[in-house]
Amino acid sequence: MAQKWLGAVIPIAMLAAWEALWHIDAMRMESLSRPWDVGQALFHGLTGGELLIATAETFQAALLGFAIAAVIGLAVGVVLGLLPWLESVVGPSIDAMRPVPSVALIPLTLMIFGFGVRMEAAVVAFACLWPILIVTISAVRSIDSALLNVARVLEMTTYERMVKIILPAALGRIAVGLQLALAISLVVAVTVEIVLNPRGLGHGMMSAQQAMRFDQMYAQLLWIGVVGWGLSYGSQTLLDKWSPARRAKEPS
Amino acid sequence: MTIKARRLSRLGAIAFAVMLLAIWQLLSVLEVISPLFFPSPLRTFSELWSQIVSGRIWTPFSSTVVRMVYGWLAASLLGVVLGALIAGSRLSKLLLTPMLEFIRPMPASAIIPVAILAFGLSSQMSTAVIAFGSIWPVLLAAVQGFSSVEPRLYEMADAMRMSAWDRFRKVSLPGAMPDILAGARVGLAVALILAVVTEMQASLPGLGQSILMAQRSFRTPELYAGVIMLGAIGFGASMLLQWVERRLLKWRSAQ
Repeated sequence: MAQKWLGAVIPIAMLAAWEALWHIDAMRMESLSRPWDVGQALFHGLTGGELLIATAETFQAALLGFAIAAVIGLAVGVVLGLLPWLESVVGPSIDAMRPVPSVALIPLTLMIFGFGVRMEAAVVAFACLWPILIVTISAVRSIDSALLNVARVLEMTTYERMVKIILPAALGRIAVGLQLALAISLVVAVTVEIVLNPRGLGHGMMSAQQAMRFDQMYAQLLWIGVVGWGLSYGSQTLLDKWSPARRAKEPS
Repeated sequence: MTIKARRLSRLGAIAFAVMLLAIWQLLSVLEVISPLFFPSPLRTFSELWSQIVSGRIWTPFSSTVVRMVYGWLAASLLGVVLGALIAGSRLSKLLLTPMLEFIRPMPASAIIPVAILAFGLSSQMSTAVIAFGSIWPVLLAAVQGFSSVEPRLYEMADAMRMSAWDRFRKVSLPGAMPDILAGARVGLAVALILAVVTEMQASLPGLGQSILMAQRSFRTPELYAGVIMLGAIGFGASMLLQWVERRLLKWRSAQ
């Protein structure tokens, strides 16, 4: 337990040094706000609700994009995973699109959708699609062929086979891909906001910087860190709890 | 798969890609989809071709590549050194791991406003952001790699009275190399993204700025040409690293 707290030593020491520097006139830099002011800005942002609204805006776009990517990625991934010949035909076209950096689509989506949640979600969806698709294909392909034979012997319908055999068998690995994509969705959403979309946490940081409210800027940076950490911690907890395949794999 | 089947699937793959482009071409020419947003592939590729032939694309292309490589190289070298230091002692691992875990999921682009404050809208800003963003995959992989080196190899090195430098060069580094290279590949993809983002944000010369400019003046084929070139950079960089990986890790497959 004591070891856990060791991790707090360096951040606290850095904050203390930062705060101390602020009190030495010669060392004061206006662009490095005092930790105390940053803390206050964070507190006011949270109690005043602006930070929470911005967070909701960011999550709205991130989750919308993630959901679109999940639906397309799972559907296409399951089909391609079950039909290797189709995968070898479609795969190279997918591989050709995959290395395009998601942010390169910002100008295009801006032109199509204008500013707002739709263009942001479109870029997020493009970024999240590939990890979900790739993981789903490989997860479905690695299903034990005996299971598929069982389905055939039982003369299951396609729907039954999907719900009773394929999805449960592949879910453990797919969940890991979804978790990765969820982390990506937040990163991309914030990035789009920082580049040009006037909404959410990323834009909040940019406008605080332009308004020379550096305390607010650092407060939002800190908050983005907390949100990102919370998302990754939360999804990891969910994964450990709900994914039986993963639980079985872990040495107890 | 037999050679014949493989040839058949390769043919199918080409046919599929051509079919996609043909459908797009048809929809665009018939104006089912707006040719302003989705210019036909023929127009896009002829624009790309004319930019390549006239040489107009190489200036932004090379600035983006140079930006990406500088930031990534700095991040990778620093990441390996820091990773070795962190993995080297139990205390530093305990002290730093929680902080690294906190920073890891943070969007690297969130550092842009701070970097602009520190460096202005300059190339240094861009390099700093790229280096900051792409260091985490390398650093975390390096810590993981250096920590998982077989302890018996160190006992052996001690028995042979290797110097600290030899120990690092001959035991630690090769042992951690697979992890480091995997991290570096993720870092390179992040570096490309951040290069494009900072070029858009700070109007620095490069493909990121070019495609934003093309969009503002509704020159869509030019926009697509830039996106294709960015995809080519991403593809080429990852191919190159895979090749390096195969060469550097040859000794492993021989075991």
